[in-house]
Amino acid sequence: MMNNIIAFPMIIPLLTGIILVFFRNKVIVQRIISMISILATLGISIYILQKVLSNGILRLDFGGWLPPYGILFVADSFSMLLVVTTLVVTAILLVYAFSSIPKAFEKMFFYPFLFFLIAGVVGSFLTGDLFNLFVCFEVMLLSSYALITLGGRKIQLVESIKYISINVLSSWFFLLGIAYLYGSVGTLNMAHLSMRVAEVGQGPVLTVISIIFLLVFSLKAGLLLYYWLPGSYSAPPTVVAALFGALLTKVGMYAMIRVFTLIFYHEPQITHTLIGIMAVITLIGGSVGAIAYNDLRRIVSYNVIISVGFILIGLAVSTESALQGTIYYLIHDMIVKALLFLIAGTIIYLTGKTKIEKMSGLIQNYPVLGWMFFVTMLSLAGIPPLSGFIGKVYIGQGSIEAGAFILLGIGFLSSIFVLYSLLRIFMNCFWGETIISVEDEVPIKKGMIVPIVLLGILTFGLGVGVEAIAPYVSDAANTLMNPQIYIDAVMKRN
Amino acid sequence: MKINDVILRTVTRIVVFIILTFGVELFLSGHNEPGGGFIGGLVLSSAFVLLYLVHDLEWVQKGIPFDFKKIAALGVLLAVGSGIGSVLFGGNFLEQATGVFTLPVFGETSLYSVSIFEAGVALTVVGVVVTIILSISEDV
Repeated sequence: MMNNIIAFPMIIPLLTGIILVFFRNKVIVQRIISMISILATLGISIYILQKVLSNGILRLDFGGWLPPYGILFVADSFSMLLVVTTLVVTAILLVYAFSSIPKAFEKMFFYPFLFFLIAGVVGSFLTGDLFNLFVCFEVMLLSSYALITLGGRKIQLVESIKYISINVLSSWFFLLGIAYLYGSVGTLNMAHLSMRVAEVGQGPVLTVISIIFLLVFSLKAGLLLYYWLPGSYSAPPTVVAALFGALLTKVGMYAMIRVFTLIFYHEPQITHTLIGIMAVITLIGGSVGAIAYNDLRRIVSYNVIISVGFILIGLAVSTESALQGTIYYLIHDMIVKALLFLIAGTIIYLTGKTKIEKMSGLIQNYPVLGWMFFVTMLSLAGIPPLSGFIGKVYIGQGSIEAGAFILLGIGFLSSIFVLYSLLRIFMNCFWGETIISVEDEVPIKKGMIVPIVLLGILTFGLGVGVEAIAPYVSDAANTLMNPQIYIDAVMKRN
Repeated sequence: MKINDVILRTVTRIVVFIILTFGVELFLSGHNEPGGGFIGGLVLSSAFVLLYLVHDLEWVQKGIPFDFKKIAALGVLLAVGSGIGSVLFGGNFLEQATGVFTLPVFGETSLYSVSIFEAGVALTVVGVVVTIILSISEDV
């Protein structure tokens, strides 16, 4: 049985990126192709998600080389849910890009790099091979290096040096970990790794190797090792920052969840406890950062860090309901972080200021933007019926089941800090006397407010219509809890 | 003082063709022996870089009027395209085929579809290397 279709969510963005290079100076053509391509990819991904639910996990052996020898793509509910969310968010961000990215950037290969980034992200979600994961990470990172420096403002170059050096270092560690792992168990196919590790037992050496992977993915996800993140995510243009905030840390988290549920799940007292400790420190550090700064972009970036800590509580606990919560929260966070970054960027575009105390009364000038910010704030804090609620409930339930009350307490305390940090923005920027007179008002472009409203509708819809994705999420969590399902799907001969 | 580079210029004229031929040879031998698209591409691009070193940018641009960024893109397109080609023929993505054909001049020759992929790699390498060198030299 051939499942070539599961390679398409990666190939279409890749091909689109290449084709767009040839239309360098035809901006309108680039926009049309981008939109069509992303919607087509989205359609195919939804179809695959549906098929995975009815037929079980799908796999594609590249070039017909059977596992464990060849490289392969594996589509399970977890990865497909993230792929679909990625594509939805990207499609909406594209609309924002059309109206906010300067023409000069569009001619300097903005869209090709964006599509290569998406190809890398989707590839990382779908791959079933550790080395291929490294390659997809690199595809994603190389494009992100280009996107973060595009424009070449001084701050971008300063931040990109940090961003690139830290990522090159962590990629080197990734490669090192892969080499160690291959040296000790002799395979890189993730399902095969899981079998081999279970056979020989996860001894001290393998546990140390797993901690190298933890280190690598923590750097990418911003778990504990997040000091590079607030700076890097503040530098690039709004839409790029939104893309990074919504997608890049999630890929690190996905890899961490995959590796520590599928391969290294035998020594949870060591690895999962460590993840728990790191998550707690991340939550504390992120909360402090989110209320310490007055710079809008910094506050928003620290909110990314808080959510990383919160999501990985679910992994640290690793019960079925906690993992369900993790998946819900990952999906929610992709949407709502994109929304938060877009709103923050739009505020900066409209006022020309970044410090929150210098703004006031924006809600009278831009009521829709103000109310959308309010919705975002509630959603991030986890107020029902918005999308943040369900994830928090499940992660909380999982923590109680596992008796992890410290994680539970700090996780929920962090929600209050999230709420407080965003409330500060809301009160400073949106409430009070308006300081912009009607004549000076910069009109908000339709292309900017429409994506914001769309994402707002999405977070509301995901909260209310959570029943619609519940079967996929519980299937995904079930697969994560039972590695044998994944192994059987990959290793079976057909 | 202007450097007298007449020897360099004269030697380059001949050497460039030797390098180009060697690059193609490396590319073609890649299937069963050391070589292949990546190395072949590197050698090919070294010929172009030598031309740029010896002559100025405009002079070479007149002779080779291509945008090397587009050559790189064409290469990737070819490589990815060869993977999709196998899907169209009902195989797995990236599956390769081989066959023996009787060609004029060459006689019985075995041809591999992987060569198309390799050609893509070679073009990409040429495009990227020359683009990198040009961007650096234009900055200075």
